[in-house]
Amino acid sequence: MLSIKNLRASVEGKEILKGINLEVKAGEVHAIMGPNGSGKSTLANILAGKADYEILEGEVTFLGQDLLELSPEVRSRSGIFLSFQYPVEIPGVPMVNFLKASVNEHRKFKGLAPLTAGEFLKLLRAKKEMLHLDTELTNRSVNEGFSGGEKKKNEIFQMAMLEPKLAILDETDSGLDIDALRIVAEGVNALKTPENATILVTHYQRLLDYIVPDFVHVLYKGKIVLSGGKELALELEEKGYDWIKNGNE
Amino acid sequence: MSIISEKITPADQLVSLFEHSRETLNQGSSPILNRMREVSIKRFAQAGIPDFRSEDYKYTNLKPAFEKNYRHELVRETGLINLNEVFKSNIPQLDAHLVFLVNGWFYSGNNPGAELPKGVVLGGLEQIANEQPELIQNYLNRQAGLSNDPFVALNTAFSKDGFFLFVPKGVLIEKPVQVINLLSSDENLMATQRNLIIAEAGSQVKIVVCDVTLSASSILYNTVSEIFAGEDALVDVYTIQNLNNLSTSINSAFCRQQRNSNLVTGIVSLHGGLIRNNLKVTFNGEHAEANVNGISFTDKKQHVDNNTLIEHSSPNCLSNQIYKNILDDESTGAFAGRIHVARDAQQTNAFQRNNNVLLSDKARMQTKPQLIIDADDVKCSHGATVGQINEEALFFLRARGIGEKDARMMLMNAFAHEVILKINLEPLRDRIDELIEKRLNGEISRFHDQLSE
Ligand SMILES: Nc1ncnc2c1ncn2[C@@H]1O[C@H](COP(=O)(O)OP(=O)(O)O)[C@@H](O)[C@H]1O
Ligand SMILES: [Mg+2]
Repeated sequence: MLSIKNLRASVEGKEILKGINLEVKAGEVHAIMGPNGSGKSTLANILAGKADYEILEGEVTFLGQDLLELSPEVRSRSGIFLSFQYPVEIPGVPMVNFLKASVNEHRKFKGLAPLTAGEFLKLLRAKKEMLHLDTELTNRSVNEGFSGGEKKKNEIFQMAMLEPKLAILDETDSGLDIDALRIVAEGVNALKTPENATILVTHYQRLLDYIVPDFVHVLYKGKIVLSGGKELALELEEKGYDWIKNGNE
Repeated sequence: MSIISEKITPADQLVSLFEHSRETLNQGSSPILNRMREVSIKRFAQAGIPDFRSEDYKYTNLKPAFEKNYRHELVRETGLINLNEVFKSNIPQLDAHLVFLVNGWFYSGNNPGAELPKGVVLGGLEQIANEQPELIQNYLNRQAGLSNDPFVALNTAFSKDGFFLFVPKGVLIEKPVQVINLLSSDENLMATQRNLIIAEAGSQVKIVVCDVTLSASSILYNTVSEIFAGEDALVDVYTIQNLNNLSTSINSAFCRQQRNSNLVTGIVSLHGGLIRNNLKVTFNGEHAEANVNGISFTDKKQHVDNNTLIEHSSPNCLSNQIYKNILDDESTGAFAGRIHVARDAQQTNAFQRNNNVLLSDKARMQTKPQLIIDADDVKCSHGATVGQINEEALFFLRARGIGEKDARMMLMNAFAHEVILKINLEPLRDRIDELIEKRLNGEISRFHDQLSE
């Protein structure tokens, strides 16, 4: 589904990603771990199409297409979803308007007719129930005045509405209490199918108690320095990131 | 021997026009209007047309506008306007008491008085001043006459007509009164209009004013409105300005509020070459409240300047201002908001905010708040921001599949929304949302362009 080959990228002249290789197939869950500042968010943002980065080398294909050629909106419509580490507040844009525009753009891309107001509300309700979301969030402006946890839940809700092929969840667990974490994890698990894939970006292993990854990769200083199965997360938890740092310096 | 050649300035020309047209101006016009002319033209002659050296016109240069040659309609001309065509020119269609003016002259339209509550007078200033001078004489020029603004003086010297509304004590006008100011001329035209609104104690009225050019010529539109809100009166005045790129609008409003009255104003500067809005609010009694707001959209070389002055002359009053500008291309904007709290005006609450978004590197915005506070027990605040479209929000929307153009539109609508929400008239809010959409997608500009083809 996703294939990253020797991706190098810089921001403001500083090289952040120094040759990333990653293969993600349908049905898989990959966890990308690593200490703060390793470049995890940079990787996630580049996949979603954020323009702040300069691609120095490498290629990324998604479902056979050159992903780096596509605008962020086309990437989204093609099935990429980024759950932001820091979801932005947008006062004055009502959640409902935003979601409706988003869902209908995705439908248009697939050649489907836009949802009627009634159909849209039905879908909204169904997804809210599925995620046990309180109804209040959708009555407000996008993320405006939301708590950290509410913002993250809102991201997962948008994911549920859009049903992406590849979900990239950037630190969706950070700042969540156990209850919120459970809701988010249950949501992600409920949306899991053999046809889609998930990349979990995190620097704690806590989330992985709830969402079990097939592969764990450790990103450090812009490179994947270790890859393994789910046990790798436990080993990291036990030994701490110093283990990686010492081994690499 | 030396020859002193003095250039005849546009101001001199206007003074000379006045002198040659004195009789025409006075003809058919009430003495209430006529007796103000001489002193006003003298004031204008003394002041001239201000340039950047004038503190009040530092950011708005009206000299080029006055250097053009204009036709003047000193007497009513019976131009025929097809009213059915009018609403195609992006004027919001509302369930309202409708009146029309053409180039500053009142046309009765569809007999607006018919369904108005008893005692309400809605009509042309010229006619009412002649027929019911007692309604007007205690109000006309009472506020505007105190102004030092040369364009207000010019207006007073030349004005013959405009719209007039009188709402008697305790009367509520349910439907809004919609005043449509049509500007249309084959040649360049200087139009002068004088409006007067009197809302007596305990009355309620909502007024929607729509200024629109229907031709491609350059129009210099100088309008002065005086608004009186009696004790406990609730008065809303919303204005939508939609002029072509060659036109200039100088729009001055003077509001005087008695005890406990509530005023809401909203000015939407949708399109226009150069727009200068002056708004003065004077509190003449305690516990009065004024919410004055504005939003402007400019592109190309357009310019919009809002100049406000809130005179907190009485204690315990509240004023709230939010002005916003969205500027594209090489357009420019200015906001100067002055709040004056008099020595006795304790317990004043006065808030002001000016937020601006620049969509291009070449757009410029000048913002100048000025608080003059002579009382000690007051709450005042002001704030101004000039920024770009929030790139993070833009990326977020795009990352959810919304195209760049639509995402930008959403963010601009969101920015404008705060001002639109202040409009206490839901159907108007919806119409304005539609107009903003049309403005941002270029439809309004195309309407004006197509008239010049
Ligand atoms: N827009 C940016 N401008 C400047 N530096 C950036 C920017 N984005 C990321 N960086 C830098 O890149 C490095 C990696 O950051 P990031 O990808 O956020 O790491 P992580 O998500 O693993 O904590 C950090 O040193 C960070 O300061
Ligand atoms: Mg990060």
